[in-house]
Amino acid sequence: MKSSHEGSVTFKSAEADFGLTSALGKSRSDIIAEISKSNLKGRGGAGFPTAVKWNLAAAAKGERKYVVCNADEGEPGTFKDKVILADCADLVFEGMTIAARAIGASHGILYLRGEYAYLRRSLEDVLARRRDRKLLGKAIGGKGDFDFDIEIVMGSGAYVCGEETALIESLEGNRGEPRNRPPFPVDTGYMGYPTVVNNVETLAWVAMIMGKGADWFKKTGTEKSAGSKLFSVSGDCERPGVYEFPLGVSIAELLKEVGAEDAKAVQVGGASGVCLPASQFGRKLAYEDVATGGSIIVFGPNRDILEVAANFLEFFVEESCGQCTPCRIGNYKLLETVDMLRKGCCSMNYLKEIRGLCESMQLASKCGLGQSSPNAFLSIIDNFKDEVMGR
Amino acid sequence: MLQKKFGEDVSRAPIAQRGQKVEKSEGEGIGANIKVTIDGKELRVPVGTTILDAAKQLGIRIPTLCYHEDLCVAGVCRVCVVEVEGQRTLQASCAYHVTQPVAVQTHTRKVRHARRHVIDLLLSRHYGNCYACGRNNNCELQALAKEYGVDFFRFGHLEQPLHVEDHSSHSVFRDMNKCVLCRRCVRTCIDFQEVGVYEAAHRSEETKIETFVDKPLADVVCINCGQCINRCPTAALRANDQTDDVWAAIDDPTKHVVMQTAPSPRAGIGECFGLEPGHPLTFQLNTALRLAGFDKIFDTNFAADLTIIEEGTELLQRLYAALVLKDASTALPMFTSCSPGWVKYIEHFYQEYLPHLSSCKSPQQMFGSLIKTYYAQKNNIDPASIVNVALMPCSAKKFECNRPEMCASGFKDVNYGLTTRECAKMLSEAGIDLPKMTKSDFDDPFGTATGSGVIFGATGGVMEAALRTVVELVTGVKVENFFDHADIIPVRGFEGIKYAEIPVKEVGLVPDLVKHLFQDWNWLKGAAIKVGVCHGTSYAKKVLEDIKAGGRFSECHFIEFMACPGGCLGGGGQPIPTSPAIRAARAKAIYSEDRAYSVRKSHENPAILQVYNEFLTDGPCGHKSHELLHTHYIPRGKFIP
Ligand SMILES: Cc1cc2nc3c(=O)[nH]c(=O)nc-3n(C[C@H](O)[C@H](O)[C@H](O)COP(=O)(O)O)c2cc1C
Ligand code: SF4
Repeated sequence: MKSSHEGSVTFKSAEADFGLTSALGKSRSDIIAEISKSNLKGRGGAGFPTAVKWNLAAAAKGERKYVVCNADEGEPGTFKDKVILADCADLVFEGMTIAARAIGASHGILYLRGEYAYLRRSLEDVLARRRDRKLLGKAIGGKGDFDFDIEIVMGSGAYVCGEETALIESLEGNRGEPRNRPPFPVDTGYMGYPTVVNNVETLAWVAMIMGKGADWFKKTGTEKSAGSKLFSVSGDCERPGVYEFPLGVSIAELLKEVGAEDAKAVQVGGASGVCLPASQFGRKLAYEDVATGGSIIVFGPNRDILEVAANFLEFFVEESCGQCTPCRIGNYKLLETVDMLRKGCCSMNYLKEIRGLCESMQLASKCGLGQSSPNAFLSIIDNFKDEVMGR
Repeated sequence: MLQKKFGEDVSRAPIAQRGQKVEKSEGEGIGANIKVTIDGKELRVPVGTTILDAAKQLGIRIPTLCYHEDLCVAGVCRVCVVEVEGQRTLQASCAYHVTQPVAVQTHTRKVRHARRHVIDLLLSRHYGNCYACGRNNNCELQALAKEYGVDFFRFGHLEQPLHVEDHSSHSVFRDMNKCVLCRRCVRTCIDFQEVGVYEAAHRSEETKIETFVDKPLADVVCINCGQCINRCPTAALRANDQTDDVWAAIDDPTKHVVMQTAPSPRAGIGECFGLEPGHPLTFQLNTALRLAGFDKIFDTNFAADLTIIEEGTELLQRLYAALVLKDASTALPMFTSCSPGWVKYIEHFYQEYLPHLSSCKSPQQMFGSLIKTYYAQKNNIDPASIVNVALMPCSAKKFECNRPEMCASGFKDVNYGLTTRECAKMLSEAGIDLPKMTKSDFDDPFGTATGSGVIFGATGGVMEAALRTVVELVTGVKVENFFDHADIIPVRGFEGIKYAEIPVKEVGLVPDLVKHLFQDWNWLKGAAIKVGVCHGTSYAKKVLEDIKAGGRFSECHFIEFMACPGGCLGGGGQPIPTSPAIRAARAKAIYSEDRAYSVRKSHENPAILQVYNEFLTDGPCGHKSHELLHTHYIPRGKFIP
C-alpha cells in the first residue's frame, strides 16, 4: 500500500456511491453481516466492533432511530477526520446512509467540531447535491421504506463532547456531560431514541467495505485488527500529515515513513493515550497491542518529558467536564504532582499514593475521559523513570 | 413494577438519569425478576432495579453521597462504586439498572481504594473544619470520612477559602467552600420545584454550582422553599440562622418575647433529639420554650383556624359573586395562600393568576398582627416591646415576615421565623433535653386550637380543614355525617395532585358568624364543590398549566397549593435528612394529633369566636379583618432589577 502524508489513498480512489448501491441491493441483516464479516472496529478510539453496535441498535425498539456521525475530533494531535471531510465527504455521508439502512434510521446528524465551521458550507453543498441525486430524502434508491436525511449540528469546542453520550447531551441542548451507562445510546440515545454514534473514518470504511467486500478489507491489517487506518502524525518529524497504514504497522516503520527516526518518545492515541520510549518502537499499532484513534505525536531528542506530561495534564484539567470526583479533582492532583516532580520535591511515598489514585481514576471515573487521563502520566513515570526521578 | 418516585412524572431530568425503561426480558414478561448476586448472596429483583436498591434489600451497605432517595440519579460522586463481574471499570451502584443477571462485589480492594480516594479527593477541596460547622454531626461527608477511617489528608487540604459566602437571601445561606458538587440542590430545584435556581457552571476544577450569572441568591428567581437545604449533604446550603437575634431578645428584659409554634416542627423536632420520625412533642415543647426564656407560647393552629374562617368566607363570597351575581371579574378557582414558597412561585412565574390567590395572610402572619394588636391591647402591653417569634418548618417564612407589607399592626408583625433546626439548636444550647420535658399547655388567651389547625401541616390539610368548616356552615349538618370521624380521605395522601368533589345536597340556615354577608344558601343547593390539592411547585405548575388549557382544574372552585413535597411537614426548615418514609411518619403523627383533639373544626374553636366578638367585630372578611388579616401580592415576573 502506498502512503502519502495528504490523506487516504484508498478513500480517494473510491467509486462514487458504489457502496450504497450495493447495500441497497441487500437486506438489512445482510448489510450488518457483511460489516460483521469484515471485523471493522470503531476508528474513533474505543475500537468497538461496528457490527455489534449496529445489531443492538437494529434490535432496539423506537418509533425513530438516529445515526450520528461523530466529527468532534477533539483528541490532541488528531486531524484525520478533518481531512476526510474535506476530501471525501461523500464517502462519509454514504456510510451514514448505509448505517441508517442497516438499523432502520430515518434521521442523521453530523456533529461537527466547532473549529471546523469553515467546512460547513462545502459539506452542506455535498448534502444538497446528494438530495438532488435522490441519495438522501424520501424513498432512497426507490425503496419505499427508506427515508433518510442528514443535518449538520455544530459543536462548541469541548473535548468531552466527543464522548458519545456527552455528544448526545450537547445535541439535545444540554451541558455536555457524559451520561450514566447503561442505558447505552443504541437503546436510549438522542431524545431517548435508539442512536448509533460512529466516527467519521469508521463510516467511510463502511462505505468502502460495502463497495469492495469484507474480504477485500480483511486483506490488509492483522487478524484482530482488520484493514487500514488513518494516522494523524505531528510533532518533531520531517513530514507531518495524515497517513494511511495497514493496522499492525510498527511504530518504527511509521517513524521511518514520516522522517522521525531519531525520536525520543512517541505519544500514541493523543492525550488519553500512552507515551512510548524508543525501546518500545517495535510495538504494533493495532487493537491488540497499542490501540489508537489515530493520533501520533513525535517527541524529538531534546524534549523535556515532564513538560510533555504537564502539557497533557493541563489539557485534562481544562477539559474534564467536572461532573465526577475522580476526574475533576484527580487530574488536578496529577498536575500538581508533575509540578512537584519538575521541582524535584515529590517523595517516593507520595508518588506511590498518586499511582494508587491513577488506578482509582481509571476504574471509578464516569466516562472515558477520566478513565484514560492518567495513561499518559503513568506511562511517562514508568517509561522515563530516570529522567523523571533524576531532578 | 418499580415504585414511582415523587416528581418522576414531572421530572425534567435528562432521560438517562431517570429510571430505566422496563421492557420484556426474554419471554418472561414485564417486571420479570432477574437474579442478582451481591457478595455471594442471591436475590431476584424486577428489571430496572438498581444494584444499590438490591443491596439494600439484602441488608448490604453501600455508601452514597450524591444519591438521594427523592431525586433522579446523578451518578457523579463515585462513592457508591462496586465491581460488576465482566465490567472493566467499577460501576456506580446507584445508576446501574439491572437488565440481566449480574454478580457484584461491594468491598474488593479496587472498590475500597476507589472509595477512599474519592473521599480523600473531596476532602482536599473542602474548606473548613468540622468542629466549626453548622452541620457538625449531621454531615454526610463527615460521616463518610469516619466510615472510611480517614485520619489524615492524603491529598492535602485547603488553607484558604475559594469562594465568598452568599448571605443575601433572607432564607437560604450559601457557602460554596463546603460544596461537594453532588448536585442534589440542582436536581431538587429543577425536578421537585421546577424553579431551576442552580446549575453547574464552568468545567473541571472550576466547576461550581451557580445561580444565573452567579448573582446573589436574593437577586434571582428563588422561592425560598429550602428544599435544597434539606437535601444538601454538607453545610454548603443552610437556612439563614437567627438564633442569636432571638437570644438577644430573650436576654433583653424590656422585651416581651412571644413564640408561636406550628404543628409540623412539633411533629419533627424530636428527630433533632434522636427520636424516630413521627413523635410529636407539642406539649413538651411548651415547657422547654418557657424554660429557655420565652414569655408566652401560643399555638399557630389558632391562627390556622382563623385562616380557615377567613379563607372559607372568602371562598363563599367568591362563589356567590361568580355564581349568583355573575360577576366575570371574580377569579375562580381560588388558590390557597398560606405557603410563602408557593406565593413567591406564583408571583414570579404566573403573575397573571395572582387574582386567584386568596387575599388571606398565612397563619403565621395573621397571628403576628393579632398579637401586636388584640393581644397587646387586652394585656396592656406596648406592642413596640413585643418580639414575635414563629417556630416554622419553613425557610420561606423568614422571607415572608420580612415582606414590607407585613406590618399591619404598625410594627413588623412577626420579627423572626425560626426553623425547627434553629429551635433545636437553641434548646440544646440551653441544656434542655426536649423529649424528657413534662407536658404543659399553651398560654391564654388563644388556648388550645382545633384538629383542623393541626392538619395544616400535611398536604391536603388546609383543604380538609376548609371543607370541614364550609360544609358545616352551609349544610348545618355535622361533617361526620358525610365523612367518618370528619376524616376527608380523598384530599389526603402523598399523591402529587389530588382532585375531589363534595356534593352539597341540602343547605341549612346561615350561621351568625357570616350573617352579615349571606342571606341564604339556596344558591348552593345541589352544587358540588370541586377541589384540588397539590404539593411541590413542579406539580403546581402542572395544575396551573391544566387551568390555562381549560382542563379539569379550571372547573375547580378551590385549590390548595403547597410549595414543599408532603406539605409543611416536608418544609425546608425541618430536620435533616428527609425521605419519603420520614415524611410519611411525620404525616402520621400529625393526623393522629388531629384525632386526639376534642374540637376538630375551626368554626367551633371558642377562642376564635371570642376574637370575632371582642375585636374583629365586623366579622370574617370585614373591614378590620381586611386590614389585619388580609394582604396583597406583587407581580414579580422573572426579571429582578
Ligand atoms: C473524552 C472522549 C472524547 C472522545 N472524542 C471523540 C472524538 O472526537 N471523535 C470520535 O470519533 N470519537 C470520540 N470518542 C469516542 C466516542 O465516545 C465513541 O466511542 C465513538 O465516537 C464511537 O465511534 P466508533 O465506534 O466509530 O469509533 C471520545 C471518547 C471520549 C471518552
Ligand atoms: S470522567 Fe471526567 S469528563 Fe468524564 S464524566 Fe467524569 S468528570 Fe466528566
